[in-house]
Amino acid sequence: MTENRAPARELFISGDVACAEGAISAGCRFFAGYPITPATEIAERMSLRLPQVGGTYIQMEDELASMNAVLGAAWAGAKAMTATSGPGFSLMMENLGLGAMLETPCVLVNIQRAGPSTGLPTLVAQQDMMQARWGSHGDYEIIALSPSSPQEIFDFTITAFNLSERYRVPVLVMSDEVVGHMSEKVVIPEITPESLYQRRLPQVAPEEYLPYQPDADLVPPMAIAGQGYHFHATGLTHDEMGYPVMTAEAQDKLIRRLVDKIRLNSKQIIEYRETQIEDADIIVCAYGITTRIARFAVNMAREEGIRAGLLQLITIWPFAEDRIRELSSQVKAFIVPEINYGQIVLEVERCAGGKAETILVPHMGGGVPSPDTILNAIREATR
Amino acid sequence: MKLWRKPFDSAETATTPGKIYLDKERCKGCGYCVEFCPRDVLKMGNELNPKGYLLPVVDDETRCLACGYCEVICPEFAIKVSTPENNSDG
Amino acid sequence: MITTPNVENQTIEKFLRQDRLPHIFCPGCGVGPAMGSLLRGIDRSEIDPDKIAVVSGIGCSGRVAGYVKLDSFHTTHGRAIPFATGLKLGNPELNVVVFSGDGDLAAIGGNHLIHAARRNINMTVICVNNFNYGMTGGQVGPTSPFEARTSTTTYGNFETPFNLPYLVSASGATYVARWTTIHIRQLDKAISEALVKPGFSFIEVIAPCPVVYGRMNKKPEGKDELRYYQEKSVTRNGADPKDVDIELNGPIIVGKFVDIERPTLWERLQQVTEKAQARIKTKK
Repeated sequence: MTENRAPARELFISGDVACAEGAISAGCRFFAGYPITPATEIAERMSLRLPQVGGTYIQMEDELASMNAVLGAAWAGAKAMTATSGPGFSLMMENLGLGAMLETPCVLVNIQRAGPSTGLPTLVAQQDMMQARWGSHGDYEIIALSPSSPQEIFDFTITAFNLSERYRVPVLVMSDEVVGHMSEKVVIPEITPESLYQRRLPQVAPEEYLPYQPDADLVPPMAIAGQGYHFHATGLTHDEMGYPVMTAEAQDKLIRRLVDKIRLNSKQIIEYRETQIEDADIIVCAYGITTRIARFAVNMAREEGIRAGLLQLITIWPFAEDRIRELSSQVKAFIVPEINYGQIVLEVERCAGGKAETILVPHMGGGVPSPDTILNAIREATR
Repeated sequence: MKLWRKPFDSAETATTPGKIYLDKERCKGCGYCVEFCPRDVLKMGNELNPKGYLLPVVDDETRCLACGYCEVICPEFAIKVSTPENNSDG
Repeated sequence: MITTPNVENQTIEKFLRQDRLPHIFCPGCGVGPAMGSLLRGIDRSEIDPDKIAVVSGIGCSGRVAGYVKLDSFHTTHGRAIPFATGLKLGNPELNVVVFSGDGDLAAIGGNHLIHAARRNINMTVICVNNFNYGMTGGQVGPTSPFEARTSTTTYGNFETPFNLPYLVSASGATYVARWTTIHIRQLDKAISEALVKPGFSFIEVIAPCPVVYGRMNKKPEGKDELRYYQEKSVTRNGADPKDVDIELNGPIIVGKFVDIERPTLWERLQQVTEKAQARIKTKK
C-alpha cells in the first residue's frame, strides 16, 4: 500500500470530511461502513480517498457486518475504521464487545444524533455517551474521545488510532451532528510514519508465542494472521494461549486484565483542556460541541465578575475521575451542560463526592443550548 | 457393503492388509468404524475406556485392505490404519 | 495420540491442537469428520498453511476453529463471513476459510451469506448442516426439513427450509457443492478444489447430530442417521441447484452443482484503485 506523504495543507472542510482525512493521515487503510445520517459523509470521503492511497473501502450490508469487517481487517494487520450514528451504534455493540474481548485495535466513530430509535436523524445530540461506555454486555473498558471542532475531530481521530494500537482496544470518537456537518479551516500537517503508534508485534518465535500473555503494561504483543503464528482468538473467556477456559478463575484473571489495561494506564490516556481554572469558584465541565458554547458563557460570566472556569473533557472514557475529585475541593459547583437529559453529569457528580454541587444544564437534542442557558446556571450557582 | 464380484486377477495380486491402531482415550464408541468398514474388519468389543465409552476391536485383521475409511469417518481421529510397507515395526 | 508412518494421518495430527483433544463433540457427531476433511483438503490443495485463516461462528461447528492449528478466529454468532471479509481485504494473500453451521450461516448470518456470494469475494465457506441448532439442544433452524421434530417444533416443523445450494448459487457463488459426511473422500476433494478456486465457494456438508436431531427424528444412534444419509444420497454432479431441496424421507442430492467463473471482488477493487490513482495523475 502506498504511503500518503501529502505535504502540509489547509482545507476548509466539514467535521465528517476532517475525520476521514484524520484517519488517512493516521495510516488507516481500511474502512467498512454503512450509510447513516449524519456520518455518511465520512464513508463518502473514505470511498474517494482510500483507493487513492492504496487502501480499501467497502460498503457492507449492515452495521453488524461493518464492525466485523473492521475487526477482521485489523487482525489482517490493517488500521481499520468504521463510522456510524445512534441506530448503527446500537447494532455494532455486540461486536464492539468482541473487539474488546479479542483486544483488537480499531476506531469507531459515532456522529451522534437525537434518539432514541430513529429520533431526529439530521439533528445533534450527545445521547450516546453512557452507551459508549456500557453499550456492550459484560465487563470491559474502551477509550472514547469527544471533539468540538473539525480541527479537533481530525486531531482526535489520529489520537484514536494511536491509542487503539497502543492499548489493543477499540477506541470511540464520540462526535455529534453539529461538529460533523460544520465546515471550518482544518490544518493538515505532514505526518511522518514514525510519529504514529504501531501495534507491538511478538518478539518470540511462533512455538513460544502466547497470544494473550501481557507485557508489563498489561497489553499483549499482537500477532496478525498470515505470519505463521497459528494462534487462536476467541470471544469465549480464554487463557494466555487463547484457548477457551470455562472457569471462574480464568474469568477473574481475564476481566481484571481487560479492565485494568485501561484503568491502570488512565493517566497516560486521559486528556482534558482547562481554561481559567486556577481561581475558579464555578467550573463548567463540557465536551463536544457544547464546549464552544460553554466557553462563551464562561467569558460572559467572567465579565460579570463571576470566577468561572471551563474544563473541556477530551477523553470521556476513561473518565477524568482524579481531576474532578481534585477540583471538587476547590469549587462551589460544577455546571455540566449536555445535549441529553443527564449522562456525563452522573460521572461528575459521582466524582465530586458531595464536596461540590453538580448542576446539569440539559438540552434534549435537535439543537445546541444557548450561552445564556449556561450563564444563568452559572449565576444561579453563585447564590 | 459387500463386494459383489471377485476381481479377475485376485489369484495373482494380493492386497496388503492394513494394521489398525486405536487411540482408546479419544474413542467415544460411536460405532462408525464398525458399521461402515466395507470388509467388516471391526466389531464392538467389551472394553470400556476411562470415560465409559465402549471400544471397538478388530474382528479379523486379515480382511483389512487399508482403505482407510474407518480413519476418515471417525469423528475423533481415534482410529488409524497403516500398511506393512510403511509400518516401521514390520 | 497414536502416530503411524501413514502420511495422511500425520497431516491431520500436525494440524490439530493436540493439547485440546479429545474434542467436545458428541459421540457420532458429524463435525469431527468434516473438520478432518478440511485438514486433508488443505493438505491436498498444497496451500501454505501459514497463509490460511479459519473463521467460525457460534455453535458446535463453530468450535472447530479452536481445534485447528492454524490462524483461527472464533467470532460472534452469524458474523464469521463479514469478519472473514475484513481479513481477506486487509491482507489479500490470506486464504480465508469460514467453517460454521446451518443456523449460524443461514439464519442470523443469512444476510452476510448472500452478500458475500453476491460480491464473489474469494473465500471458502463450509456449512455443516445438521438440520438444527445442536449446541443449544436441538431447536428448529432454517434448514430443518418440513415436519421434522426439534425441541421447538414438538408438533413437527411448520416451515419450509432453505435450499442452501440454490440460495447461494442464486446470490452469485461460483462453486457450490453438497456432500454428506459419508462421502468423506469426495468432500476432501471438494474442499481442496474450493480452496484454490478464486471466488466465493460454498460447500454444504450434511452431518449427523445423533444426540439431538437424530434422536428426535427416529434415528436413535449416530450410525442410524448416517446410514439413512447414505441410503438417501443420490450423487448428481451438475444438478440444477433449484432441484436439490431436502425433505424428510426424500432423496438427498449431493455432488458438485456449480463451478463457474466470475470476476472476484478483489479484481474489481483493484480496478477501482487504478482508476482513482489514474485520476490523480491526470490532475497533476
